[in-house]
Amino acid sequence: MEVTLTHFLVVSSILFCLGIYGIVTRKNAVMVLMGIELILNASNINFIAFSRFGNFGLQGQLIALFVIVLAAAEAAVALAIVLNVYKTFVNVNVDEIDSLRD
Amino acid sequence: MNESLIINFAVVILFLPLLGFIVTLLLGKKIPKIFLFENFVMLIGLILSIILLFVKVTTFSNVSISSEFMWIDMGNVPIIGQIQIFLGLLIDDISALMIFVVFLISFLVHFFSIDYMKGDIRYNRYFAYLGLFTFSMAGIVLTHNMLMMYIFWELVGVSSYLLIGFWFEKKSASDAGKKAFIVNRIGDLGFLLGLLILFLSYNTFSFIDIFSEISQGNLPLNSEFGLTITGIFIFCGAIGKSAQFPLHVWLPDAMEGPTPVSALIHAATMVAAGVYLVVRIFGILTADAMLIIATIGALSALIPATIALTQNDIKRVLAYSTVSQLGYMIMALGVGAYKFAFFHLITHAFFKACLFLGSGSVIHAMHHEQDIQNMGGLRKKMPVTYATFLISAIAISGIPLTSGFLSKDGILAGSYAFASLTGHWFFPFVGFLVAMMTAFYMFRLIILTFHGEPRNKEKYDHAHESSFIMVMPLVVLSILSFFIWYTPNPMDPGAGWMYTEWIKNPVLHTPENLRFGFMQSDMTSVITPPGESGIMYSETYTSALHHVHSSAVILSIAMAVLGILLAFVMYQWKKINADTLAEKLKPLYKFSFNKWYFDELYDKTFVAGTIGLSKIAAWFDLKIIDGIVDGSATLTKALSNFVGKFDNVVIDGLVNLTAYASGFIGLVLRRFQTGKVQTYIIMVIFSLVILLFLFKSF
Repeated sequence: MEVTLTHFLVVSSILFCLGIYGIVTRKNAVMVLMGIELILNASNINFIAFSRFGNFGLQGQLIALFVIVLAAAEAAVALAIVLNVYKTFVNVNVDEIDSLRD
Repeated sequence: MNESLIINFAVVILFLPLLGFIVTLLLGKKIPKIFLFENFVMLIGLILSIILLFVKVTTFSNVSISSEFMWIDMGNVPIIGQIQIFLGLLIDDISALMIFVVFLISFLVHFFSIDYMKGDIRYNRYFAYLGLFTFSMAGIVLTHNMLMMYIFWELVGVSSYLLIGFWFEKKSASDAGKKAFIVNRIGDLGFLLGLLILFLSYNTFSFIDIFSEISQGNLPLNSEFGLTITGIFIFCGAIGKSAQFPLHVWLPDAMEGPTPVSALIHAATMVAAGVYLVVRIFGILTADAMLIIATIGALSALIPATIALTQNDIKRVLAYSTVSQLGYMIMALGVGAYKFAFFHLITHAFFKACLFLGSGSVIHAMHHEQDIQNMGGLRKKMPVTYATFLISAIAISGIPLTSGFLSKDGILAGSYAFASLTGHWFFPFVGFLVAMMTAFYMFRLIILTFHGEPRNKEKYDHAHESSFIMVMPLVVLSILSFFIWYTPNPMDPGAGWMYTEWIKNPVLHTPENLRFGFMQSDMTSVITPPGESGIMYSETYTSALHHVHSSAVILSIAMAVLGILLAFVMYQWKKINADTLAEKLKPLYKFSFNKWYFDELYDKTFVAGTIGLSKIAAWFDLKIIDGIVDGSATLTKALSNFVGKFDNVVIDGLVNLTAYASGFIGLVLRRFQTGKVQTYIIMVIFSLVILLFLFKSF
């Protein structure tokens, strides 16, 4: 069986859905961040798949590289925030950190 | 001495009492002796007025001196025309004589009051008021126009009010002051109307201008009736001020004031102002107006005389006597005896002032006892007062050798001649009857006061002759009551300077056809051009007067003697018991004793009527006017209630509805704003899915 674009897209959308699911259902901020990472990776798969099957040269792969770098930076910043949040609230549950509400 | 100097004299005479008034009033509390200044001012005024009279009768015997200045210039008023109001002074024979009389009596009363009022708490204010009165009276006498006369006329009323109510702590005194003021106001309304008619017709208030217009045939309101009604209206002022019937009720009550005030104001000068006014306008009176004036005068002479017969208050007897004598003068003017009326005004001023001051002396000695039934026998205690009182009483009774005889006999002869010419026998009848009554009540007063045994021993023992200051004015005034000052022949005033030289015949300005027949110029009368003084009576009148004179003299003496004899028979020798006589004529006696019930009548009619009217007006105010006001208030209130409700319910409802709606929407939307990122993401995804389905093109 030949692997086509559709297979890639299915994998990436599953990954995307899992990421969304992780973001929505997890209360722990770290797990939410992990969901975000999944979504970013789902998009990376899309970029590369379109680059491979489309007539775009290496543009897609390059953007994927950027996204990986960006994800690393993002993870660093986000984890730093989570660390600070934990310092302040002794808690990293996103639904309990609501002191800005009302 | 020239004319302008005379005018300057008159101005000084007019304003001296005002100066005295202001100074005495302002410094009265600080300087207790300031009343001496007022007296001094009056003395200067008296000397000046004597000089004025002397110069007038010697140098300017036939000239009227007048001077005027423009007071108000309204320019050319549309419809009415030129309106310029002048003020000024007029010095002719009557004003020169009158100002002398006013100042003489005023000075004597000032002098008398120094002792009479001693110890009064408002001593200096009393003198200030006397000064104000003298100023106003001088204004009336010296003015050359009607407006100024009216102003001073009211000023006299004010000072009279102040002096009647001088002891205002007494209710009766303050009531009397009010009564005098209000009753006078009724008469003054007539005066004002007359004044306005004249101004409407001629655009001037000046006597001279008005007279010359009328003698040229321009009648007020362009009708003969207008002239008559003007005369009567102006006479109304005299009715009030001279206390003539039917407005005489205030004068007896005015006796509540201090006795010297009664002598000055309510006997000699102010009440004579009414007579003076009629004298001033005598030249424009028509026959009809004169007949009314004579009738009023006769009634005023008769009614108070009958009241005076039975009164027991020494001052009230004199007050009614004053009304009666003023009625005489008014009647004399009405019947055309102009000169005798003015003559009587002067002689009466002297002896009536003397009588009043004498009664003041008695009252002072008796410690404010005024009831003659409690007096008696004072002759021995107060010889000078008795002598002067007796002389004045003889004068007022009209016994020869006195001034009263001269003027009163003249009035009686005048009314007699008038009756013989026109057939109105009522006037001489009243005249002679009143002459007898006057003699009777004056001697009743003298006998009860000075003769017989003292009826109140305690007060009698304390009585004593008054001091020199109080006796001196009495002596002066009683000396002036002798004939010698007026004429050398005690039986004939015509022989004297007063009658022939000092009082001129009036110049008549009334059209000939409106005069009495005897006042029209006839073949033999001396006709002088209008505007010049001269004899304007006809020969008919002169001969009629001559014809009746001797019988009038005899009759008047007989009447006076009869009255005096009757008084002696009843009260001195007690041949007729006064009490039994009163018992026999009880209804008549009571009628007279209660003053013909005039006060009660006026109370029942005018006072009650006025009160009733004001009650109706009050009811109207309370119910109708207040009803309308209250009604509109209620209406406004109801309207605003409605508007308030509308505001509250509808407008506020809308506003609140908006707020509620926003609140409700907010409440609903708030549910979505959970603050949880997961929820938002679910919503985003959910809406994204919906949007995908909505916009799907595949």
